[in-house]
Parts: sequence; C-alpha cells; structure tokens
Amino acid sequence: MSSGFALRVAILGGVALVMFAVIFFRLWYLQVLSGDKYLVEANNNRIREIRVTAPRGQILDRNGHVLVENRTSLALQLNPQKLPGNAGERRAELTRLGHAAGIPLRRMRRDMHDQLKVLASAPVTLQRDVNYDLVYYLQEHQANFPGVAVQRIFVRRYPDGTLGAHLFGNVGEIDSKELKEPRYKGLKPGDQIGQDGVEYTYDRYLRGRDGQTRVQVDSLGRPTPGGQLSAVPPRPGDNLQLSIDSGVQAAGESGLASLGLPGAFVAMDVRNGQVLGLGSNPTFDPSVFTKPITQSQYKQLTSNTTDAPLTDRAIRGLYPTGSTFKPITAMAALTGGVITSATPITDTGGLTVGGITFHNAGGGAYGTLSLPSALQVSDDVFFYTLGLRMNGTLQLQKWAHRLGIGTPTGIDLPGESAGLLPTPAWRNRLYRKHLTDRPWSVGDNINLAVGQGDVQVDPLQLADAYAAIGNGGTLLRPHVGMQVVDTAGRVVQELNPSPRRHIPINPGYRSAILDGLHRAAQSPGGTSYAVFGGFPVPVAGKTGTAQRTGQADQSWYSVLAPYPNPRVVVTVTVERGGFGVDSAAPVAEQILSQYFHAKPHAVGGANGGSQY
Amino acid sequence: MHATATRRSRSVPFSTRPGIGERLGIPYMDPLLLLATVALAGFSIFTLAEATLHDVPGSPYYYVERQSIYAGLGLLGLFLLTQIDYSRFRELRVGIYTLMFASIGLVFLFGAAARGSRRAFNLPFFNFQPAELGKVLLIIALAGFVIDGARRGSPRQRTARYLLLGFAPAALIFLQPDLGTSLVFGVVTLAVMFLAGVRWSHFLAIAAGIAVMVTAVLVVAPAVGTPVLKGYQEQRLTSFLHPSRDPRDAGYQQKQATIAIGSGEKTGRGDQATQTRLDFVPERTTDFIFAVVGERFGFLGAAFVLSLFALLIWRALRIVTLSKNLYGTLVAGGITAMLMFQVFVNVGMSLGIMPITGIPLPLMSYGGSSVLATFLAIGVLESVHMHARLSQKSRDSY
Repeated sequence: MSSGFALRVAILGGVALVMFAVIFFRLWYLQVLSGDKYLVEANNNRIREIRVTAPRGQILDRNGHVLVENRTSLALQLNPQKLPGNAGERRAELTRLGHAAGIPLRRMRRDMHDQLKVLASAPVTLQRDVNYDLVYYLQEHQANFPGVAVQRIFVRRYPDGTLGAHLFGNVGEIDSKELKEPRYKGLKPGDQIGQDGVEYTYDRYLRGRDGQTRVQVDSLGRPTPGGQLSAVPPRPGDNLQLSIDSGVQAAGESGLASLGLPGAFVAMDVRNGQVLGLGSNPTFDPSVFTKPITQSQYKQLTSNTTDAPLTDRAIRGLYPTGSTFKPITAMAALTGGVITSATPITDTGGLTVGGITFHNAGGGAYGTLSLPSALQVSDDVFFYTLGLRMNGTLQLQKWAHRLGIGTPTGIDLPGESAGLLPTPAWRNRLYRKHLTDRPWSVGDNINLAVGQGDVQVDPLQLADAYAAIGNGGTLLRPHVGMQVVDTAGRVVQELNPSPRRHIPINPGYRSAILDGLHRAAQSPGGTSYAVFGGFPVPVAGKTGTAQRTGQADQSWYSVLAPYPNPRVVVTVTVERGGFGVDSAAPVAEQILSQYFHAKPHAVGGANGGSQY
Repeated sequence: MHATATRRSRSVPFSTRPGIGERLGIPYMDPLLLLATVALAGFSIFTLAEATLHDVPGSPYYYVERQSIYAGLGLLGLFLLTQIDYSRFRELRVGIYTLMFASIGLVFLFGAAARGSRRAFNLPFFNFQPAELGKVLLIIALAGFVIDGARRGSPRQRTARYLLLGFAPAALIFLQPDLGTSLVFGVVTLAVMFLAGVRWSHFLAIAAGIAVMVTAVLVVAPAVGTPVLKGYQEQRLTSFLHPSRDPRDAGYQQKQATIAIGSGEKTGRGDQATQTRLDFVPERTTDFIFAVVGERFGFLGAAFVLSLFALLIWRALRIVTLSKNLYGTLVAGGITAMLMFQVFVNVGMSLGIMPITGIPLPLMSYGGSSVLATFLAIGVLESVHMHARLSQKSRDSY
C-alpha cells in the first residue's frame, strides 16, 4: 500500500470523524443544552386555544321586562393564514366560496382587506346569519375550503322592535384604537364591545368573560381525538336593569309617532333622577346594526331629509325653550329680590326698550298681574320686564346655570349635548372676534327671560331644571341604568349616581312658581287647561312655543306631577309642532296617564276613583 | 458445569470436514459490521412500531411488517452476496453499468409519477426505485472501469472518463427529478476516483467546476430567467440558511424537525412525541425518521443510533484498508463514502444544518428499495472482508 493511498484513506477517515463530531455536537446542543426551549415550541405547536364567546348580558326595564337579549347566529369566517399559499389556488377557493355563499369576489377581497388592516391575524367575518344549506354544503366539501369555518356567534335581539331604540346603542367588534384605551384593558382583537348608549356606558358589566378551550391539534390545525386539554367556561355578562318603564316609554314613543313630527320626550323621577322614559322621534330599528350596514341604510338613518332617525333628540337636540323657560326666570327674579310673588306688573301689550317693542306672543294684553297669574297665562310682557330689570346683574344667567341650563346633565348615555346659555361675556367675545354683528344688549336678556334668542337647551336639561324646582333644589344626575344583576339574580351593583348639587331654594318662592304652573295646567284660562283641565291628577305644567328661524314654531311642554309634591317630571318637545298646548302637551298627557295608570295606588290627592 | 463442558467439547474443531458455518465463510465475516447493520435495521423496526401504530387504520403494524420483510430479504441478500467473490463483478462491469443505466432510464420514461417526479416502478409488493440499487451498481461497475482502464489514456483522459461514467446517471436522476440521489451518485463517483489515485490537481479543477456550476444554477440562471432547479428544490437547498422565514415553505419543515429533536431532550418524550405524531414533521417514516428517534427517545436514543452508524462506518473504513486487491478497496471505499454522505446529509437535515434533499437514512428510513440496496451494499463489504480474510488464511497456511 503506497503512502499516497494511506493518506487518502486517512483523509476519508478524517472526514468521517469530523462529520460525526459535528453531528454529535449539534445533537448535544439541540437536545441537552436547549431542549427545554424546543419543548416549549413543540407545545405551542400542538396546543390551540379556542375562544368560547361569553353571551352578553341582557338589558331589562325596571319591571324586569326584557328589552335586549341575545340570539345565536352562524357567521361565515375565513382564516387567511390557512388559505392555500399558492395565489392561484387561493383565488380558486375564494371564487368557489363566493359562488356557494353568493358573495361577489370583489366584496370578499374588500372585507378581507378592511378587517385584516385592523387585526392582521384574526379570522375575517364574511357573512352573518348564514343559512343552514350553506353550512351543510361547506361541511360536506370541507376539503375544498381550507381556512373556511362557520362560527356560532351571539347577536343582539330586540323583542320590542324599535322600543327604546335610542337608549341601547349597538354592539360591535373592538377596533385597534379602542384596544389601546384603558377602559378596554385586557380585551383581545375580535372581542365585541358596546359602541353607544347603555351598551357603551355599562359595557364592563354586560360584556362577560370569554371562556377558553385548549385542544391538541395536528399540523393542519384539526383537533386530535380526545385532545381537549383544559377548558375554562365562559362567564356570561351581567344583566343591566334600566329605570325605564316600558309602558311610559311606549306611551311617549307612540305619542310622538302619532304626530309624525320630529321630537323628543323625557320622563324622570324627580326624587332620584331615574329616567322612566326617554325617546326621540323618528326612531329606527336597532337590529339593523346586528348585520353589516349598507351605505344607503346609514344615509337613511342620518340624513336631514329623513330627520335623522339615529339622532337622540332628547339628549342631542338643541332648541330654544320658549316659555317653558319662564319658571327659571321667575326663580331668578324672586331670589334676586326683583319682585315678590305679589309684586304687580302691568301688561299693556308690549314693552319698548331702546326703540324696539317686545310684544306678547298672542298679541293681547293681560293688564296688571302678579307672578302666579303671569305663569298661568304665560304673559310675555311680565317676563320681558323681569328680563329688563335683571339685565346687567347676571342674576338670570346665574340661576339658569344653577339649574343646569347650558351644561350636560351627566346622564349615563354618551354623546350628550352641552347646550348654550347666552351671557354678555359670551356675546361680547364673539363680537370682538367678529363672529356676530353686535355686542350684548338688553334685548338679549329680555329674550332669554322668555326662552328665546340664543339659548339652546335639550329636553333632558329642561326636565332636570324642572325636577330641581319640583323637588326643592336638588339638581339630579339623570340616569337610565338602575342596577346590575348577575345571571343568578343577585344585585351586583346599584346605580345611584349622587345629585349634581343642592341649590338653596326658598320654599315660598317654589310654591309660588308651582302654584302658577298648576293654574296654567288646571285652572280655566291656563295655557294648557285644554289638555290638563280634566286630568285626574293635580299637575303643574308649562307650555312653550319657541320661534325658530326658517321653520315653524317648536312646541314644548314640561310638567311636574302630582302637584304640589311632584314625583315625576315629563318634558316633551316637538319640532314644527306649533303651540305647546297643541302637540307637546298632549304627548306629555299620554305619558302621565300611563305613569299614573300603571301605579294606581301611587296616585296622590282625592282622585283615586277616576277613570285612570 | 456440565453444560459448559459440553459446549467446549463441541467447539473444539476435531472434525477434518469444515462445518456449515465454515463453508459459508461466516467466521471470516466482520461480526461488528453485521451487528451494526442488524441493530440499525432492528431499531428502525422498533421506531416504526412505536411511531406508526395509528397511521394506517385497521393495520397497526403496516409499516413494521413491511420493513421487517425488507430487512429479512436484505439480510438474505447480504449472505448470498458474501458467497460470491466480489471480484467477479469486475468482469461484469459493462453489464452491470448497462443494467443500472437502463433501469434508471426506463423509470424516467415509464415509472410511476409521485409528487411531480418519476422515481419508481410500481411492483405488486412495493415501489421499486432503481436509483437506490443503482448507487451500489454504479460503485461496482465504476471501480471495475477504473481498474480496467488504469493504463489507458492520459491521466486527464482517465479522469474525464470516470467523471462521464459517474455523472451521466447522476444527471439522468437529477432530471427525474431526484436531487438527493443524484448527489449521492456524484459523491460515490468522486470517492472511487479519490481512492483510485486521481491527481490532486484534477480534484482541484473538479471542485472549481462544481463551484462554478453551483453558482450558475443558484444565482446566475434564476437571475437571467432560465432557472435550472425547480422552485421547491432551490427553496429546500437554501432554506436551512434561513429556517423560519415562512411557516409554509421548506424551512418550516426543517424547523419542525429541529423542534422535534430538541424537544426530545435527554430521554425523549415517548408517546408524547407530538411533533412527529401530529404531522408537524413531514415524511416521518422516511426522510425525517431521525427526528422521530430524536423526539421519542431523546439524546439517548439518537446518540445510540449515531453510535451504531459510527461503528458501521469505522468497520467499513477498515475493510477499505484490508481488501486483498485494489478493486475491493475501491468498491468498499465507494460504499463507505455513500453511507457517510447519506448519514451526514440526512441527519444534518433533521438537525437543521444541511439542506433538505430527500436522501434516506440508510437502514433506518422506511422503504424497500433503500433498505435492500443498503443491505446489499453491506453484503459487498462483507464479501470484501471475507475474501481478504480467506486469502490471508491461505497465505498463512502456505
């Protein structure tokens, strides 16, 4: 054997030695040095966590009547990661799916694009309320549709149709921006959250906690037989009981609907701020939001030509209040010492200030009046005079502000308007910025005294102001949520928000004002005697007819009942409704009828045997 | 006591007639090589029994039965081969080479297509892959050509002739396409040439040529728009350089195999070997069987298998040096290089340090063609050993 050959065999042996050394070292490194790391990876591979959606809590009225509940629905979902990697195959599968489900390919691609932009790894929902034919078809042809799944989901159901539509708000998937908010801490992409209304405010109670099943899967993600490793059952959301009374709510809604005009109503317990009814007309079917909404549907819900049914006019509709403002003016004048309840003021049909004459709205003249009779007949000149006398003192603005005019009430519904309380400072600031043609003048104060001019109030604010007068000075924080109850019926949380403030109101002044309002409603010659003259319960109510530029007068009515110790306030406004007594007052009467009818034992006074 | 006495008395060769074992040449075989071979085949059957119990519904021992039959047939073939003086093959080199080339050519034309390539004939009992046996046939024939033509032509011409003989079938197999096996053909060709004493300068030139070709195939050809490799082939070849880029491609498979082996830790996961049991690792009975061993039996099991391979290759290398003639040396060297290359590439592939090339692990991977061919190759090695011993014995007796 030559030495050259020996060298070559030695080289071959050396190669074998090096080769085994490399393999042994690598094996040692993988299994002994970093084996635990790979064991974790192997377990991550085989264990799939499947989320079990928790049903959302129900929403009930104060008597336990179900307003919002859940139904199950089947959703067609696509898991993009499990689609074929090959572009042609992927396209072919989507085309097949489109044919089977009746979804255009372009819409499918757009849905995928839109939803994946928000959540890159979550399944894309292509269709909700999938019919069973499609489900069976997909199951039979599962091999042709990798990555396609039908998932059972919970969808909101509204047994009473449109009843209370504006209160609830819709439920939808959390978006990437919301995920960062502290109130949604701990939520994951794909979770459902309340987007508006009480669904939004009380989301953390209603939401519940999703359960989780850990299963062992194979490389295609299919669960292996007997592979369930552990399961955490879902915890259903708690039920939310509202202070809303379905009967009161229905009376208000049907009353407004029968007029066919845009408007709103609020009914509230003046003792604690519980809202018994709150609605807006025109209304809408809240179930439209349980399915992907079309552009035309959305336009129909928000367009001015349809009076924007989606808008909740009770908390977002801002209008001048007209004469329903007068009790506030009276309170300011009495407390400020401008008049007493007996101070006579003579109405000659008009008040001329600086060359401008402010006339009575009705055009007549009531002669010499004191406060209660001025409220009874809603004498404008009387209140013009108070506005004139209080100009420069800010007493009127101070009292309006104390009673909550021009500030949000803090109700537990999102998106409440602030309104506007005109002050000299406000107008003069606008004037300095050339946003208006003139500075504050006495005429502004005169207009404010009768709820005209720049003042902007939503119905809830006015109701809250009346409630404060009615209950002797407690400005309440209105709320529609009453308590949170778990699925076993135990009360989890009472919802009693504390009042906003206590206003020192002289009981004498209060009774003088309520006296005037009672006479306005139930004494002959009173402005709403036509509606409330025969009402079995003593009430104290004020009409309002606000002039609005460019359209017919706005009709208002705000009423406290029973007089003289009211439990409930009802405020109604009707756009283009004319005189307060013509449209708003009858709706308020229907609401009060329902309120006292529903609680016959609670009726005060000597009217127990009435038709109500 | 009594038994011991009996046994000793029987083992003393009093008889002048040689025993059956003697006549079969069994005492002149390499027992350690045989031990390593049988142990690996046995461990393969054991691993398959553990890992494939639920693979074929209704027949839990589908793989075990078949692999046992292949191994049994292989062992029989091994013994038969030892009875033939391997030197006879030298005379049959043209026929052997023709048989090898023709079978590979025929499968290319008429073979059963599986996953886009034609590699096998569908026989009633199993799918026969001519290229597996062809590796051994090429070594036997090529070594013969080398010996026979050692005096013909200039050294350069000889080198060119060997290259042509070896690389022609390699190219045909590459076109099947079966990249891994064609690489084995190339490697055994070079190994035979290496031991035959082809000049260092020629190897330098060959290495340069290969480097240029690899660059051309992997870099230049795709760049100018005429790719030589199929997309998946290129992906497999380069994926071990970037293992986890996309969970859908070849790098994913390799990563899963690495996870499987790593997760086996020291003593293995047994039936909790989810990586290989739940299909995360593909081809677990064939190309990635080492990952099954690593995951189920841990470092202990994997190191045991590697030790058996080390034993196998040590004995094979020893036979290279023992051979009674140059032909035996070249044949044994070719077979040793084939085993080394297959073990290193296959195990390296599972360990994430070699590209995915679809080369079976000798004796371990499930499959009749590969198991039989390996047994036969070891039969040839034993033949070389036996005849070296026999000739030594006859020299000694004179």
